[in-house]
Amino acid sequence: MIYGNLKVRKLKDRLAYAIALLCVFAAAAPLISILLDVLVKGLPQFSMEFFTSELPSPGTGEPGGIGPAMIGSMYVIMIGSAIGIPIGIFSGIYVSEYGNNWFGRSVRFLTEVLSGLPSIVVGIFAFLLLVLGLGGPTAYAGGFALSIIMVPVVSRSTEESLKLVPNTIREASLALGVPRWKTTLKVVLSHGRAGIITGVILSIARIAGESAPLLLTVGWSPFVQTSLSEPISTMPVLIYLYGTSPYENWINVAWGTSAFLVIFILSLSIGVRLLTRGRFAYSRL
Amino acid sequence: METNELNAWFGSFQAIKNVSMKIRGNLTTAIIGPSGCGKSTLIRCLNRMHEVTPKARAKGRVLLDGEDIYSRDVDPVEIRRKVGMVFQKPNPFPTMSVFDNVAFGLRANGIRDEEFITKQVERSLRQAALWKEVEDNLDGCGAGISGGQQQRLCIARALAIEPEVVLMDEPCSALDPIATSKIEDLIFDLKERYTVIIVTHNMQQAARVADYTAFMYLGELIEYSKTKRIFENPEEELTEKYITGRFG
Repeated sequence: MIYGNLKVRKLKDRLAYAIALLCVFAAAAPLISILLDVLVKGLPQFSMEFFTSELPSPGTGEPGGIGPAMIGSMYVIMIGSAIGIPIGIFSGIYVSEYGNNWFGRSVRFLTEVLSGLPSIVVGIFAFLLLVLGLGGPTAYAGGFALSIIMVPVVSRSTEESLKLVPNTIREASLALGVPRWKTTLKVVLSHGRAGIITGVILSIARIAGESAPLLLTVGWSPFVQTSLSEPISTMPVLIYLYGTSPYENWINVAWGTSAFLVIFILSLSIGVRLLTRGRFAYSRL
Repeated sequence: METNELNAWFGSFQAIKNVSMKIRGNLTTAIIGPSGCGKSTLIRCLNRMHEVTPKARAKGRVLLDGEDIYSRDVDPVEIRRKVGMVFQKPNPFPTMSVFDNVAFGLRANGIRDEEFITKQVERSLRQAALWKEVEDNLDGCGAGISGGQQQRLCIARALAIEPEVVLMDEPCSALDPIATSKIEDLIFDLKERYTVIIVTHNMQQAARVADYTAFMYLGELIEYSKTKRIFENPEEELTEKYITGRFG
Protein backbone atom coordinates (compact mmCIF):
# COMPACT_ATOMS: atom_id res chain seq x y z
CA MET A 1 0.00 0.00 0.00
CA ILE A 2 1.85 3.04 -1.23
CA TYR A 3 -0.94 5.49 -0.53
CA GLY A 4 -1.57 4.67 3.12
CA ASN A 5 -4.84 3.76 4.69
CA LEU A 6 -7.66 5.52 2.92
CA LYS A 7 -10.10 5.01 5.77
CA VAL A 8 -7.82 6.64 8.31
CA ARG A 9 -7.23 9.51 5.91
CA LYS A 10 -10.94 10.11 5.49
CA LEU A 11 -11.40 10.01 9.24
CA LYS A 12 -8.68 12.63 9.70
CA ASP A 13 -10.35 14.80 7.12
CA ARG A 14 -13.70 14.62 8.91
CA LEU A 15 -12.03 15.35 12.24
CA ALA A 16 -10.28 18.46 10.89
CA TYR A 17 -13.55 19.68 9.39
CA ALA A 18 -15.41 19.15 12.67
CA ILE A 19 -12.77 21.08 14.62
CA ALA A 20 -12.92 23.97 12.16
CA LEU A 21 -16.71 24.09 12.41
CA LEU A 22 -16.56 24.02 16.19
CA CYS A 23 -14.19 26.96 16.18
CA VAL A 24 -16.56 28.91 13.95
CA PHE A 25 -19.33 28.45 16.50
CA ALA A 26 -16.98 29.37 19.32
CA ALA A 27 -16.14 32.56 17.50
CA ALA A 28 -19.68 33.49 16.55
CA ALA A 29 -21.48 32.50 19.74
CA PRO A 30 -20.39 35.39 21.97
CA LEU A 31 -21.11 37.88 19.21
CA ILE A 32 -24.60 36.52 18.61
CA SER A 33 -25.35 36.27 22.29
CA ILE A 34 -24.26 39.90 22.89
CA LEU A 35 -26.35 41.08 19.97
CA LEU A 36 -29.40 39.16 21.15
CA ASP A 37 -29.01 40.31 24.74
CA VAL A 38 -28.66 43.95 23.74
CA LEU A 39 -31.58 43.82 21.34
CA VAL A 40 -33.92 41.88 23.67
CA LYS A 41 -33.32 44.23 26.56
CA GLY A 42 -32.86 47.39 24.54
CA LEU A 43 -35.53 47.31 21.84
CA PRO A 44 -38.50 47.45 24.29
CA GLN A 45 -37.16 50.82 25.49
CA PHE A 46 -37.64 52.38 22.07
CA SER A 47 -40.45 54.90 21.80
CA MET A 48 -40.91 58.38 20.44
CA GLU A 49 -40.19 59.71 23.90
CA PHE A 50 -37.01 57.66 24.24
CA PHE A 51 -35.36 59.45 21.34
CA THR A 52 -36.58 62.94 22.08
CA SER A 53 -37.03 63.66 25.76
CA GLU A 54 -34.62 64.70 28.50
CA LEU A 55 -32.54 62.27 30.49
CA PRO A 56 -34.56 60.79 33.38
CA SER A 57 -34.05 61.58 37.03
CA PRO A 58 -32.58 58.64 38.93
CA GLY A 59 -34.83 56.17 40.66
CA THR A 60 -38.08 57.95 39.92
CA GLY A 61 -39.37 55.21 37.72
CA GLU A 62 -40.03 57.66 34.87
CA PRO A 63 -38.71 56.22 31.62
CA GLY A 64 -37.01 59.34 30.22
CA GLY A 65 -35.10 59.61 26.96
CA ILE A 66 -31.66 60.06 25.50
CA GLY A 67 -32.21 63.23 23.47
CA PRO A 68 -29.29 65.20 24.94
CA ALA A 69 -26.88 62.25 24.62
CA MET A 70 -27.82 61.69 20.96
CA ILE A 71 -27.25 65.34 20.18
CA GLY A 72 -24.01 65.35 22.13
CA SER A 73 -22.77 62.26 20.28
CA MET A 74 -23.67 63.95 17.03
CA TYR A 75 -21.60 66.98 18.04
CA VAL A 76 -18.47 65.04 18.87
CA ILE A 77 -18.79 62.85 15.76
CA MET A 78 -19.16 65.95 13.61
CA ILE A 79 -16.19 67.69 15.20
CA GLY A 80 -14.13 64.53 14.89
CA SER A 81 -15.13 64.13 11.22
CA ALA A 82 -14.46 67.78 10.41
CA ILE A 83 -10.90 67.41 11.64
CA GLY A 84 -10.20 63.76 10.92
CA ILE A 85 -11.65 63.24 7.42
CA PRO A 86 -9.71 65.97 5.56
CA ILE A 87 -6.44 65.16 7.32
CA GLY A 88 -6.94 61.44 6.71
CA ILE A 89 -7.84 61.84 3.03
CA PHE A 90 -4.95 64.18 2.27
CA SER A 91 -2.40 62.10 4.11
CA GLY A 92 -3.69 59.05 2.25
CA ILE A 93 -3.31 60.92 -1.04
CA TYR A 94 0.22 61.90 -0.11
CA VAL A 95 1.30 58.40 0.80
CA SER A 96 -0.25 56.84 -2.31
CA GLU A 97 0.63 59.47 -4.93
CA TYR A 98 3.76 61.20 -3.65
CA GLY A 99 4.97 58.93 -0.88
CA ASN A 100 7.44 56.78 -2.76
CA ASN A 101 10.30 57.97 -0.53
CA TRP A 102 11.51 57.58 3.05
CA PHE A 103 9.12 60.24 4.31
CA GLY A 104 6.09 58.61 2.74
CA ARG A 105 7.10 55.24 4.10
CA SER A 106 7.53 56.67 7.59
CA VAL A 107 4.12 58.34 7.37
CA ARG A 108 2.59 55.00 6.43
CA PHE A 109 4.37 53.28 9.31
CA LEU A 110 3.23 55.95 11.76
CA THR A 111 -0.33 55.59 10.50
CA GLU A 112 -0.16 51.89 11.23
CA VAL A 113 1.16 52.56 14.72
CA LEU A 114 -1.53 55.17 15.29
CA SER A 115 -4.32 52.82 14.24
CA GLY A 116 -3.09 50.28 16.79
CA LEU A 117 -2.91 52.83 19.60
CA PRO A 118 -5.21 51.95 22.54
CA SER A 119 -8.02 54.49 22.50
CA ILE A 120 -7.58 55.21 26.21
CA VAL A 121 -4.09 56.52 25.37
CA VAL A 122 -5.61 58.81 22.77
CA GLY A 123 -8.05 59.92 25.46
CA ILE A 124 -5.27 60.69 27.93
CA PHE A 125 -3.44 62.68 25.27
CA ALA A 126 -6.52 64.80 24.54
CA PHE A 127 -7.15 65.08 28.27
CA LEU A 128 -3.67 66.43 28.98
CA LEU A 129 -3.68 68.72 25.99
CA LEU A 130 -7.22 70.10 25.92
CA VAL A 131 -9.05 69.28 29.14
CA LEU A 132 -6.24 70.44 31.43
CA GLY A 133 -5.22 73.05 28.91
CA LEU A 134 -8.66 74.63 28.54
CA GLY A 135 -9.65 74.16 32.15
CA GLY A 136 -12.31 71.48 31.86
CA PRO A 137 -14.01 68.87 29.71
CA THR A 138 -15.54 70.14 26.45
CA ALA A 139 -17.20 68.79 23.31
CA TYR A 140 -14.16 70.09 21.41
CA ALA A 141 -11.78 67.90 23.38
CA GLY A 142 -13.93 64.84 22.66
CA GLY A 143 -14.14 65.61 18.95
CA PHE A 144 -10.40 66.12 18.84
CA ALA A 145 -9.75 62.76 20.51
CA LEU A 146 -12.10 61.02 18.06
CA SER A 147 -10.39 62.67 15.10
CA ILE A 148 -7.07 61.13 16.17
CA ILE A 149 -8.71 57.72 16.01
CA MET A 150 -10.28 58.54 12.66
CA VAL A 151 -7.20 59.76 10.80
CA PRO A 152 -5.39 56.42 10.38
CA VAL A 153 -8.58 54.63 9.30
CA VAL A 154 -9.41 57.22 6.63
CA SER A 155 -5.79 57.56 5.56
CA ARG A 156 -5.27 53.83 5.06
CA SER A 157 -8.49 53.32 3.13
CA THR A 158 -7.75 56.34 0.93
CA GLU A 159 -4.27 55.04 0.23
CA GLU A 160 -5.49 51.55 -0.55
CA SER A 161 -8.24 52.68 -2.89
CA LEU A 162 -5.95 55.10 -4.76
CA LYS A 163 -3.37 52.36 -5.19
CA LEU A 164 -6.03 50.38 -7.05
CA VAL A 165 -6.35 53.15 -9.65
CA PRO A 166 -4.46 51.83 -12.69
CA ASN A 167 -1.33 53.72 -13.63
CA THR A 168 -2.41 53.94 -17.26
CA ILE A 169 -5.15 56.35 -16.16
CA ARG A 170 -2.62 58.66 -14.48
CA GLU A 171 -0.41 58.52 -17.57
CA ALA A 172 -3.34 59.30 -19.84
CA SER A 173 -3.96 62.50 -17.92
CA LEU A 174 -0.29 63.49 -17.58
CA ALA A 175 0.23 62.95 -21.31
CA LEU A 176 -2.49 65.53 -21.98
CA GLY A 177 -0.33 68.14 -20.33
CA VAL A 178 -2.33 68.09 -17.13
CA PRO A 179 -0.15 68.88 -14.11
CA ARG A 180 0.37 66.25 -11.46
CA TRP A 181 -1.82 67.88 -8.79
CA LYS A 182 -4.73 68.30 -11.19
CA THR A 183 -4.35 64.72 -12.34
CA THR A 184 -4.55 63.61 -8.73
CA LEU A 185 -7.58 65.74 -7.91
CA LYS A 186 -9.63 65.28 -11.08
CA VAL A 187 -8.74 61.82 -12.32
CA VAL A 188 -7.24 59.71 -9.56
CA LEU A 189 -9.60 60.88 -6.81
CA SER A 190 -12.75 60.50 -8.88
CA HIS A 191 -11.59 57.01 -9.71
CA GLY A 192 -11.00 56.00 -6.11
CA ARG A 193 -14.07 57.83 -4.83
CA ALA A 194 -16.08 54.75 -3.86
CA GLY A 195 -13.24 53.34 -1.79
CA ILE A 196 -12.63 56.63 -0.03
CA ILE A 197 -16.31 57.10 0.82
CA THR A 198 -16.40 53.55 2.18
CA GLY A 199 -13.42 54.30 4.40
CA VAL A 200 -14.97 57.53 5.63
CA ILE A 201 -18.27 55.88 6.55
CA LEU A 202 -16.54 52.99 8.29
CA SER A 203 -14.41 55.44 10.25
CA ILE A 204 -17.57 57.23 11.39
CA ALA A 205 -18.97 53.87 12.48
CA ARG A 206 -15.73 53.27 14.34
CA ILE A 207 -15.77 56.51 16.35
CA ALA A 208 -19.52 56.42 17.01
CA GLY A 209 -18.95 53.69 19.55
CA GLU A 210 -15.65 54.87 21.02
CA SER A 211 -16.01 55.37 24.76
CA ALA A 212 -12.61 55.53 26.44
CA PRO A 213 -11.51 58.84 24.88
CA LEU A 214 -14.91 60.40 25.59
CA LEU A 215 -14.90 59.33 29.23
CA LEU A 216 -11.76 61.39 29.67
CA THR A 217 -12.65 64.40 27.59
CA VAL A 218 -16.32 65.38 27.28
CA GLY A 219 -17.45 65.16 30.89
CA TRP A 220 -21.19 65.01 31.40
CA SER A 221 -24.22 67.25 31.25
CA PRO A 222 -27.80 66.13 31.74
CA PHE A 223 -29.14 68.91 29.49
CA VAL A 224 -29.07 69.63 25.79
CA GLN A 225 -25.91 71.63 25.35
CA THR A 226 -25.74 74.42 22.80
CA SER A 227 -22.14 75.40 23.44
CA LEU A 228 -19.31 73.21 22.21
CA SER A 229 -16.94 74.54 24.83
CA GLU A 230 -18.98 73.02 27.65
CA PRO A 231 -19.19 69.45 28.96
CA ILE A 232 -21.82 67.40 27.12
CA SER A 233 -23.47 64.03 27.41
CA THR A 234 -22.76 61.37 24.79
CA MET A 235 -24.18 57.91 24.23
CA PRO A 236 -21.11 55.83 25.14
CA VAL A 237 -20.60 57.79 28.34
CA LEU A 238 -24.32 57.47 29.07
CA ILE A 239 -24.08 53.70 28.76
CA TYR A 240 -21.13 53.66 31.14
CA LEU A 241 -22.67 55.96 33.77
CA TYR A 242 -26.24 54.68 33.68
CA GLY A 243 -25.38 51.05 33.16
CA THR A 244 -23.30 50.96 36.31
CA SER A 245 -25.82 52.91 38.39
CA PRO A 246 -28.15 51.24 40.91
CA TYR A 247 -31.32 52.81 39.45
CA GLU A 248 -33.55 50.59 37.37
CA ASN A 249 -34.82 53.29 35.04
CA TRP A 250 -31.22 54.38 34.29
CA ILE A 251 -30.16 50.81 33.58
CA ASN A 252 -33.08 50.45 31.16
CA VAL A 253 -32.06 53.65 29.36
CA ALA A 254 -28.50 52.28 29.12
CA TRP A 255 -29.85 49.11 27.45
CA GLY A 256 -31.91 51.13 25.02
CA THR A 257 -28.93 53.31 24.16
CA SER A 258 -26.75 50.22 23.62
CA ALA A 259 -29.29 48.77 21.24
CA PHE A 260 -29.54 52.05 19.36
CA LEU A 261 -25.75 52.39 19.04
CA VAL A 262 -25.38 48.81 17.85
CA ILE A 263 -28.12 49.24 15.26
CA PHE A 264 -26.64 52.56 14.11
CA ILE A 265 -23.14 51.15 13.66
CA LEU A 266 -24.37 47.94 12.05
CA SER A 267 -26.51 49.81 9.57
CA LEU A 268 -23.56 52.02 8.59
CA SER A 269 -21.40 48.96 7.92
CA ILE A 270 -24.13 47.06 6.12
CA GLY A 271 -25.15 50.17 4.18
CA VAL A 272 -21.61 50.57 2.91
CA ARG A 273 -21.53 46.96 1.78
CA LEU A 274 -24.75 47.36 -0.16
CA LEU A 275 -23.78 50.69 -1.68
CA THR A 276 -20.37 49.67 -2.91
CA ARG A 277 -21.11 46.25 -4.27
CA GLY A 278 -18.86 45.96 -7.30
CA ARG A 279 -17.19 49.20 -6.34
CA PHE A 280 -13.96 48.20 -8.08
CA ALA A 281 -15.69 47.55 -11.36
CA TYR A 282 -13.40 50.11 -12.98
CA SER A 283 -10.17 48.39 -12.14
CA ARG A 284 -11.33 45.25 -13.91
CA LEU A 285 -11.13 47.01 -17.27
CA MET B 1 11.43 67.21 -34.14
CA GLU B 2 14.92 65.98 -33.56
CA THR B 3 16.84 63.94 -31.02
CA ASN B 4 20.51 64.48 -30.40
CA GLU B 5 22.59 61.87 -28.59
CA LEU B 6 19.65 60.85 -26.48
CA ASN B 7 20.26 58.35 -23.70
CA ALA B 8 17.73 56.92 -21.29
CA TRP B 9 17.95 54.68 -18.25
CA PHE B 10 15.74 52.66 -15.96
CA GLY B 11 17.80 52.59 -12.77
CA SER B 12 21.17 51.34 -13.98
CA PHE B 13 19.84 49.72 -17.14
CA GLN B 14 20.41 51.80 -20.24
CA ALA B 15 17.41 51.47 -22.51
CA ILE B 16 18.40 54.03 -25.14
CA LYS B 17 21.95 54.52 -26.37
CA ASN B 18 23.01 57.66 -28.18
CA VAL B 19 20.03 57.95 -30.48
CA SER B 20 20.14 60.87 -32.89
CA MET B 21 17.38 61.15 -35.45
CA LYS B 22 15.58 63.88 -37.27
CA ILE B 23 11.84 63.41 -37.58
CA ARG B 24 10.17 65.13 -40.50
CA GLY B 25 7.14 67.25 -39.86
CA ASN B 26 3.71 66.33 -41.27
CA LEU B 27 4.83 62.84 -42.10
CA THR B 28 4.48 59.53 -40.33
CA THR B 29 7.54 57.90 -38.87
CA ALA B 30 7.45 54.32 -37.65
CA ILE B 31 9.82 52.82 -35.14
CA ILE B 32 10.23 49.06 -35.39
CA GLY B 33 12.38 46.53 -33.63
CA PRO B 34 12.17 43.48 -31.39
CA SER B 35 10.62 43.63 -27.92
CA GLY B 36 12.76 45.41 -25.37
CA CYS B 37 14.79 47.33 -27.95
CA GLY B 38 13.78 50.68 -26.49
CA LYS B 39 11.16 51.82 -29.03
CA SER B 40 8.56 52.71 -26.44
CA THR B 41 11.15 54.30 -24.19
CA LEU B 42 12.34 56.42 -27.10
CA ILE B 43 8.94 57.92 -27.82
CA ARG B 44 8.23 58.35 -24.13
CA CYS B 45 11.34 60.53 -24.07
CA LEU B 46 9.85 62.73 -26.77
CA ASN B 47 7.12 64.10 -24.50
CA ARG B 48 9.00 63.64 -21.24
CA MET B 49 6.72 60.84 -20.11
CA HIS B 50 9.75 58.60 -19.59
CA GLU B 51 10.64 60.38 -16.37
CA VAL B 52 7.18 59.67 -14.92
CA THR B 53 8.29 56.08 -14.28
CA PRO B 54 10.11 55.76 -10.93
CA LYS B 55 13.90 55.66 -11.25
CA ALA B 56 13.80 56.47 -14.96
CA ARG B 57 15.95 59.28 -16.34
CA ALA B 58 17.05 60.62 -19.68
CA LYS B 59 20.01 62.62 -20.93
CA GLY B 60 20.61 64.31 -24.23
CA ARG B 61 18.81 66.81 -26.37
CA VAL B 62 15.38 66.61 -27.95
CA LEU B 63 14.56 69.57 -30.12
CA LEU B 64 10.98 70.64 -30.79
CA ASP B 65 10.75 73.69 -33.06
CA GLY B 66 14.43 74.26 -32.38
CA GLU B 67 13.98 74.32 -28.63
CA ASP B 68 15.48 71.69 -26.33
CA ILE B 69 12.63 70.11 -24.36
CA TYR B 70 15.14 68.82 -21.81
CA SER B 71 16.58 72.23 -21.06
CA ARG B 72 16.34 73.27 -17.44
CA ASP B 73 13.75 76.03 -17.78
CA VAL B 74 11.23 73.93 -19.73
CA ASP B 75 8.19 72.63 -17.89
CA PRO B 76 7.38 69.04 -18.96
CA VAL B 77 3.69 69.89 -18.65
CA GLU B 78 4.04 72.43 -21.49
CA ILE B 79 5.80 69.86 -23.67
CA ARG B 80 3.05 67.31 -23.18
CA ARG B 81 0.51 69.82 -24.42
CA LYS B 82 2.47 70.09 -27.66
CA VAL B 83 3.33 66.42 -27.99
CA GLY B 84 0.30 64.20 -27.49
CA MET B 85 0.37 60.49 -26.81
CA VAL B 86 -1.75 57.42 -27.47
CA PHE B 87 -0.95 54.34 -25.43
CA GLN B 88 -0.73 50.65 -26.17
CA LYS B 89 -3.86 49.70 -24.27
CA PRO B 90 -6.89 51.96 -24.74
CA ASN B 91 -7.13 53.95 -21.51
CA PRO B 92 -10.19 56.19 -21.56
CA PHE B 93 -11.16 57.65 -18.18
CA PRO B 94 -13.81 55.15 -17.09
CA THR B 95 -15.50 57.57 -14.70
CA MET B 96 -16.17 60.06 -17.49
CA SER B 97 -18.57 60.15 -20.43
CA VAL B 98 -17.39 60.01 -24.03
CA PHE B 99 -17.74 63.78 -24.31
CA ASP B 100 -15.94 64.50 -21.03
CA ASN B 101 -13.09 62.22 -22.00
CA VAL B 102 -12.34 64.34 -25.04
CA ALA B 103 -13.06 67.60 -23.24
CA PHE B 104 -10.88 66.73 -20.27
CA GLY B 105 -7.61 67.96 -21.71
CA LEU B 106 -9.19 71.30 -22.60
CA ARG B 107 -10.97 71.79 -19.31
CA ALA B 108 -8.00 70.72 -17.21
CA ASN B 109 -5.90 73.21 -19.12
CA GLY B 110 -8.17 76.01 -18.02
CA ILE B 111 -10.52 76.45 -20.99
CA ARG B 112 -13.98 77.45 -19.77
CA ASP B 113 -15.73 78.44 -23.00
CA GLU B 114 -18.26 75.60 -23.31
CA GLU B 115 -19.20 76.52 -26.86
CA PHE B 116 -15.59 76.20 -27.95
CA ILE B 117 -15.23 72.94 -26.04
CA THR B 118 -18.31 71.46 -27.72
CA LYS B 119 -16.96 72.43 -31.14
CA GLN B 120 -13.51 71.10 -30.39
CA VAL B 121 -14.88 67.78 -29.10
CA GLU B 122 -16.89 67.26 -32.27
CA ARG B 123 -13.94 68.22 -34.46
CA SER B 124 -11.60 65.84 -32.61
CA LEU B 125 -14.08 62.98 -32.72
CA ARG B 126 -14.53 63.54 -36.46
CA GLN B 127 -10.77 63.57 -37.00
CA ALA B 128 -10.54 60.34 -35.05
CA ALA B 129 -13.27 58.87 -37.30
CA LEU B 130 -15.43 58.15 -34.29
CA TRP B 131 -18.05 60.89 -34.50
CA LYS B 132 -20.66 58.93 -36.45
CA GLU B 133 -20.50 56.02 -34.03
CA VAL B 134 -20.81 57.98 -30.79
CA GLU B 135 -22.80 61.00 -31.96
CA ASP B 136 -25.92 59.78 -30.14
CA ASN B 137 -24.03 58.44 -27.16
CA LEU B 138 -21.88 61.36 -26.07
CA ASP B 139 -23.11 61.04 -22.49
CA GLY B 140 -22.45 57.31 -22.42
CA CYS B 141 -19.61 55.91 -20.37
CA GLY B 142 -16.20 56.25 -21.97
CA ALA B 143 -15.37 52.69 -21.06
CA GLY B 144 -18.66 51.31 -22.34
CA ILE B 145 -17.73 51.33 -26.03
CA SER B 146 -15.74 48.67 -27.89
CA GLY B 147 -11.97 48.38 -27.65
CA GLY B 148 -11.38 49.81 -31.11
CA GLN B 149 -13.73 52.71 -30.40
CA GLN B 150 -11.99 53.28 -27.07
CA GLN B 151 -8.66 53.59 -28.81
CA ARG B 152 -10.07 56.09 -31.30
CA LEU B 153 -11.58 57.92 -28.34
CA CYS B 154 -8.08 58.12 -26.87
CA ILE B 155 -6.81 59.47 -30.17
CA ALA B 156 -9.59 62.09 -30.19
CA ARG B 157 -8.69 62.97 -26.64
CA ALA B 158 -5.07 63.52 -27.65
CA LEU B 159 -6.10 65.58 -30.70
CA ALA B 160 -8.48 67.83 -28.77
CA ILE B 161 -5.70 69.93 -27.30
CA GLU B 162 -4.23 70.40 -30.79
CA PRO B 163 -0.74 69.03 -30.32
CA GLU B 164 1.96 69.42 -32.97
CA VAL B 165 3.17 65.86 -32.70
CA VAL B 166 1.17 62.72 -31.92
CA LEU B 167 3.07 59.79 -30.45
CA MET B 168 1.51 56.35 -30.71
CA ASP B 169 2.85 53.46 -28.71
CA GLU B 170 1.70 50.28 -30.47
CA PRO B 171 -1.81 51.69 -30.75
CA CYS B 172 -3.24 48.61 -32.45
CA SER B 173 -1.63 45.79 -30.52
CA ALA B 174 -4.75 45.26 -28.40
CA LEU B 175 -7.18 45.50 -31.32
CA ASP B 176 -8.66 43.19 -33.91
CA PRO B 177 -7.81 43.52 -37.64
CA ILE B 178 -10.89 45.59 -38.50
CA ALA B 179 -10.32 48.10 -35.75
CA THR B 180 -6.65 48.11 -36.70
CA SER B 181 -7.36 49.00 -40.31
CA LYS B 182 -9.63 51.83 -39.17
CA ILE B 183 -6.86 53.27 -37.06
CA GLU B 184 -4.34 52.87 -39.86
CA ASP B 185 -6.61 54.82 -42.21
CA LEU B 186 -6.89 57.41 -39.53
CA ILE B 187 -3.12 57.71 -39.11
CA PHE B 188 -2.91 58.26 -42.85
CA ASP B 189 -5.29 61.21 -42.59
CA LEU B 190 -3.69 62.62 -39.49
CA LYS B 191 -0.40 63.49 -41.08
CA GLU B 192 -2.06 66.32 -42.96
CA ARG B 193 -2.19 68.24 -39.71
CA TYR B 194 0.15 66.48 -37.35
CA THR B 195 3.52 64.84 -37.20
CA VAL B 196 2.90 61.22 -36.27
CA ILE B 197 5.42 58.91 -34.67
CA ILE B 198 4.25 55.35 -34.24
CA VAL B 199 5.89 52.43 -32.50
CA THR B 200 4.84 49.09 -33.88
CA HIS B 201 5.65 45.42 -33.67
CA ASN B 202 3.97 44.83 -36.92
CA MET B 203 6.21 45.37 -39.93
CA GLN B 204 3.37 45.33 -42.42
CA GLN B 205 1.80 48.10 -40.43
CA ALA B 206 4.97 50.18 -40.63
CA ALA B 207 5.12 49.54 -44.35
CA ARG B 208 1.48 50.57 -44.77
CA VAL B 209 1.35 53.76 -42.75
CA ALA B 210 4.83 55.21 -42.44
CA ASP B 211 6.80 57.51 -44.74
CA TYR B 212 9.95 56.97 -42.75
CA THR B 213 10.95 53.97 -40.69
CA ALA B 214 13.55 53.55 -38.00
CA PHE B 215 14.89 50.19 -36.92
CA MET B 216 16.12 49.84 -33.35
CA TYR B 217 18.01 47.05 -31.71
CA LEU B 218 19.23 46.81 -28.09
CA GLY B 219 18.68 50.50 -27.48
CA GLU B 220 20.55 51.66 -30.54
CA LEU B 221 19.23 53.17 -33.72
CA ILE B 222 20.46 50.79 -36.40
CA GLU B 223 18.96 52.26 -39.51
CA TYR B 224 16.62 55.11 -40.35
CA SER B 225 15.45 56.12 -43.79
CA LYS B 226 12.46 56.11 -46.12
CA THR B 227 10.15 53.21 -45.42
CA LYS B 228 10.46 51.90 -48.96
CA ARG B 229 14.19 51.82 -48.72
CA ILE B 230 14.21 50.09 -45.33
CA PHE B 231 11.96 47.34 -46.57
CA GLU B 232 13.29 46.90 -50.08
CA ASN B 233 16.95 47.70 -49.86
CA PRO B 234 18.21 48.06 -46.29
CA GLU B 235 21.80 49.09 -45.78
CA GLU B 236 22.45 47.19 -42.60
CA GLU B 237 22.56 43.43 -42.42
CA LEU B 238 20.80 43.48 -39.06
CA THR B 239 17.85 45.37 -40.53
CA GLU B 240 17.56 42.96 -43.41
CA LYS B 241 17.64 39.99 -41.07
CA TYR B 242 14.89 41.48 -38.93
CA ILE B 243 12.71 42.46 -41.86
CA THR B 244 12.96 39.07 -43.44
CA GLY B 245 12.39 37.28 -40.18
CA ARG B 246 15.78 35.60 -40.04
CA PHE B 247 16.60 36.92 -36.65
CA GLY B 248 18.56 35.49 -33.73
